[in-house]
Amino acid sequence: MPAIKVENLSKSYLVGHNAARTERYTALRDVIARNARDLARKTRDMIHGRPIIQGDEVEEFWALKDVSFEVQHGETLGIIGRNGAGKSTLLKILSRITEPTKGRITLNGRVASLLEVGTGFHPELSGRENIYLNGAILGMCRGEIQRKFDEIVSFAEVEKFLDTPVKRYSSGMYVRLAFAVAAHLEPEILVVDEVLAVGDAQFQKKCLGKMGDVAHEGRTVLFVSHNMAALLGLCSRAILLDKGCQVHDGPAEDTVRRYIEMGKTDLGEKTWTDLNKAPGTDKVKLHAVRFVSDGTVTSDVEINKELNIEIDFWARRNGDHISTSIHLLDSMGVVVLASANMHSANLTRDDWFGRPHELGLYRTTCVIPANFLNQGRYSINVIVLTDITNAEVFEKEVLTFTVHETGAMRKEYSGVWIGVVRPKLAWSTDLIQPGMVG
Amino acid sequence: MTLQTLIIEPGLAERHYWRDLWRYRELFFVLAWRDVAVRYKQTIIGLAWALLQPFLTMVVFTVVFGKLAKMPTEGDAPYALLVFAGLLPWQFFSSSLSSASNSLIGNANLISKVYFPRLIVPTAAVVVSFIDFLISFSILVLVMVWYQFMPGWQILTLPFFVLMAFLAALGPGLWITALNVKYRDFRYVIPFIVSMGLYVSPVGFSSSVIPEQWRLLYSLNPVVGVIDGFRWAILGGEAQIYWPGFILSWCLIGFFLWLGIRQFRKMEKSFADFV
Repeated sequence: MPAIKVENLSKSYLVGHNAARTERYTALRDVIARNARDLARKTRDMIHGRPIIQGDEVEEFWALKDVSFEVQHGETLGIIGRNGAGKSTLLKILSRITEPTKGRITLNGRVASLLEVGTGFHPELSGRENIYLNGAILGMCRGEIQRKFDEIVSFAEVEKFLDTPVKRYSSGMYVRLAFAVAAHLEPEILVVDEVLAVGDAQFQKKCLGKMGDVAHEGRTVLFVSHNMAALLGLCSRAILLDKGCQVHDGPAEDTVRRYIEMGKTDLGEKTWTDLNKAPGTDKVKLHAVRFVSDGTVTSDVEINKELNIEIDFWARRNGDHISTSIHLLDSMGVVVLASANMHSANLTRDDWFGRPHELGLYRTTCVIPANFLNQGRYSINVIVLTDITNAEVFEKEVLTFTVHETGAMRKEYSGVWIGVVRPKLAWSTDLIQPGMVG
Repeated sequence: MTLQTLIIEPGLAERHYWRDLWRYRELFFVLAWRDVAVRYKQTIIGLAWALLQPFLTMVVFTVVFGKLAKMPTEGDAPYALLVFAGLLPWQFFSSSLSSASNSLIGNANLISKVYFPRLIVPTAAVVVSFIDFLISFSILVLVMVWYQFMPGWQILTLPFFVLMAFLAALGPGLWITALNVKYRDFRYVIPFIVSMGLYVSPVGFSSSVIPEQWRLLYSLNPVVGVIDGFRWAILGGEAQIYWPGFILSWCLIGFFLWLGIRQFRKMEKSFADFV
């Protein structure tokens, strides 16, 4: 008997939009007639308690379509997908917040969802009172909370502040307490969504550990996260949703790879076709900047793959000495590195460096090595110079790309990996003196 | 260990509605306790408000209606007592109505995150008003002692009229709170109803001043029946219940309650999508 059995689950919403806006001109008569019709319909809907739909054409939108899967007891299933893929709808149905339109779910065991930690916390109430309140909201009875009270408090590390209103808590304490209550629910099926996005690194590690324990204790976990590292560390299997449909179900690593491939349709390129609007001067104009990884133009890079940054520019005069450089910035805008195409700073040799350029379109490529950046979002500044020092083009944050975790460096450790870069370095150990100390 | 099996299917929650409501009773008490705890968190101020507000209103109404307008009282009852016997249910009714009406919006984060029968939220909100009512009731006792007024056996029927006030507030409260989720305009309706209602309902005066031919029409306001009932119970034989109006009030309360629950349950399923 599986813990969760989802059969042909579908959920539709009605969305309205305005259709007849293409007429060449609108007569006041038509506008009034249409508004009157609208109003009549809305009033009718309101009286009948149906949701009002804006616009004059109603369309069915399927947030989930024919999703079926089974989860065995003790299994940890990951669910991934971009925003709007249907993940939250699926979780909402599972936690009964909203009803499916079609299909059926069978749940064997008590379900607890951590859709957002701290649900129902009241800022005016003390930590102690909030534990009882939150516990009851999550479905624990009073006796159960009393039994686990001390455990919750010590997990959250808030012993000293138990009788302080939680509005005076630091955000870290708040999250710790909230997670602690939820983590001690001991349901047979736990649904987790993005709880790991909060708290400091140490606490995140603790949470991941707790969730791992939950999974090892033979409980079923449904885990939704954008943190691929955590997902790979916790889940053996994952399903991928796209536009409400289930597109992949299989080992977590395969599913994560499919997910990253899906992202490859995103813009990894910026081109200025109109020379007048392109950044630059009468000497040099920028033509295009693009990211190429694994042979395709993409803004998503796997952590163990090279990234080529291609910079296309026009030389508009004969005889200029043109060179390029880049700044690589992390998501906080901190410069990770700056690199320039100069002989002494080049790993290979660029024959165009130091040579007068003739008129034409040029392409300079810079290679960011594999196994070098940490996972996350990065952007680049592009600079094109003449005579090494004169910036003709200085385009800030032209493009951004995301480095994705694939699990390649995560076989042993799945917790938080700090650092702006994550180079693969050489490590070795030798036994230099056998025997006892001294 | 036996595992409980839960099936999620379209329309299933609808069928198990009342059973679920019973199953979640503990949550009802916890939510009610939360509202009360928050209300009286700063104990002295919270308690003083519940006492001061009705007391000052009573004084003003007694002076304006009793002394200046020289409205007649019921039998020999002191005017202040007449006012207070009307004020008590009115305040219970109006604060229940407004807290029930705003309850869903106020608990939006809960509704969009956890499942439970939503009917719990507005009903738990009324508990705070009930606690306020009990506190105000102590003033009534003091006023009675002050005027050395001895209530009759009718006082024992008071819980019945409290229930009536509760139901009278719950019906429209459910309806408005459900509508409030989707159309936020309804939040402006309540303060208007409450401030109008204070003068339209016989709070500062006895309903016996209404001309006989208009009384049935006047009783279309369900609060009239509630207040008349309170006066009858508190003032003993001094106040009379106008029976046709009283029955009409009950019919209206029943109708609004039916309408409120129906509307609430109809819209309940989509709450999480809107808040």
